[in-house]
Amino acid sequence: MTTEDRLYTLIAELTYLCPLRCVYCSNPTNLAAHPDRLSTADWLRVFEQAAELGALQLNLSGGEPLLRRDLEELVAGAHALDFYSNLITSGLPLTHDRLLRLKEAGLSSVQVSIQDSVPEEAERIAGRSSFEQKLEVARWVKELDLPLTLNVVLHRQNLGRIAEIIALAEHLEVDRLELANTQYLAWALENRSALLPSAAQLDSAREIAKAAKARLRGKMEVLFVLPDYYSDRPKACMSGWGKRYLLVTPDGLALPCHLAHTLPGLAFDNVQQRSLDEIWHHSAAFAKFRGEAWMPEPCKSCDRRELDFGGCRCQAFHLTGNAAATDPACGLSPQHALVSAARAAAQEPPLIPLGLRYREIRR
Amino acid sequence: MSAEAVSLALKPKLSPKAKLRLDAKTGKYILLYPEKGLLLNPTGAAILKLCKGDQSLEAIIATLAAEFQSDADVLRPEVLSFVQGLLDRGLLQAAP
Repeated sequence: MTTEDRLYTLIAELTYLCPLRCVYCSNPTNLAAHPDRLSTADWLRVFEQAAELGALQLNLSGGEPLLRRDLEELVAGAHALDFYSNLITSGLPLTHDRLLRLKEAGLSSVQVSIQDSVPEEAERIAGRSSFEQKLEVARWVKELDLPLTLNVVLHRQNLGRIAEIIALAEHLEVDRLELANTQYLAWALENRSALLPSAAQLDSAREIAKAAKARLRGKMEVLFVLPDYYSDRPKACMSGWGKRYLLVTPDGLALPCHLAHTLPGLAFDNVQQRSLDEIWHHSAAFAKFRGEAWMPEPCKSCDRRELDFGGCRCQAFHLTGNAAATDPACGLSPQHALVSAARAAAQEPPLIPLGLRYREIRR
Repeated sequence: MSAEAVSLALKPKLSPKAKLRLDAKTGKYILLYPEKGLLLNPTGAAILKLCKGDQSLEAIIATLAAEFQSDADVLRPEVLSFVQGLLDRGLLQAAP
């Protein structure tokens, strides 16, 4: 590791359970293999160790973090450690009273997801009735004067309504709007042909988002994230492996990213056995893709290697079978055809509507 | 940057989403907001500590000039551009 590796953000995936069944969920597809195993005391110890390592931000995420009955206690613990705590939620199941208790416990901000601006379409993607409750939660967040981020995952089935989605965010007086195109991993990779947009869809949506960003400056922050399938260069996944982020899964694995436990041959430590300090500084799995020694060509001699770190290790593995390959989203990757072929297929609408595979517990 | 210049009468204060705290690892102040943080230099930190919504930018500049033993005319452009940048990002807002 280098002196530049500094933990800023702890992502606490408190549970993989969720009332929604979103077709692009970023949890691993074998989520049943990672049940909730950490107690309240375990999580509070993890928060404390993360703060000692220098973490300033805490994302309380999942699955659906509201399903943890001890969430208020966890938020209070985070507050005592001076964390900027962000609740990343579907908004279900939540009452006004509980949100008030979370605020009183010291919660810093709330991110609510919506799937679309049209209820039926939103609920088709989420796999259950949820739209009205989400809007209600968004209104409670504002009413309690908590900062509100609205997160909308974009794909070919909702990109055409980006203007309506932005209008809805304005109506809700959202502080920050994240218009993030789907990352094609986990459940989203299984649904890729139904979700990957065409270039024309993206161009038009990007223009609308750009205009909204300029128009709403100072009032609402608008963020538009292009899918890496269209960016020609890979994204700097997690700002680099083991550089800024550490994620803890519901069963206690400490990971550099959301899906690192799907990579073969890496033994990740459990926070019930080792401290975060030991894991961050001495775990072999965290060391594996730090720095440049692991890089193949064309990354090794690329002048962008300090900008994108070779891209996403999980995308490399799930598309090429080799976690140490150049991210195939990169136009310079010898295996870029894996991405460009999918992109080519997305330029025309499918002859028959493609079915969606919902997130489910597989045994 | 927006086209209109920020008024010296404006009373800036941190928006609800922004939290200013000391980063023990670097000894510098950092402005935290959802998913991100802005590491501040000593001038930036000194400016934000004064952004409580109770005094105008002109008064803040005068305080800073005394604190840094500098000239208000020299500080003014730097402070205005810093404050404008944070207003644009919704991290500062105008107090009534």
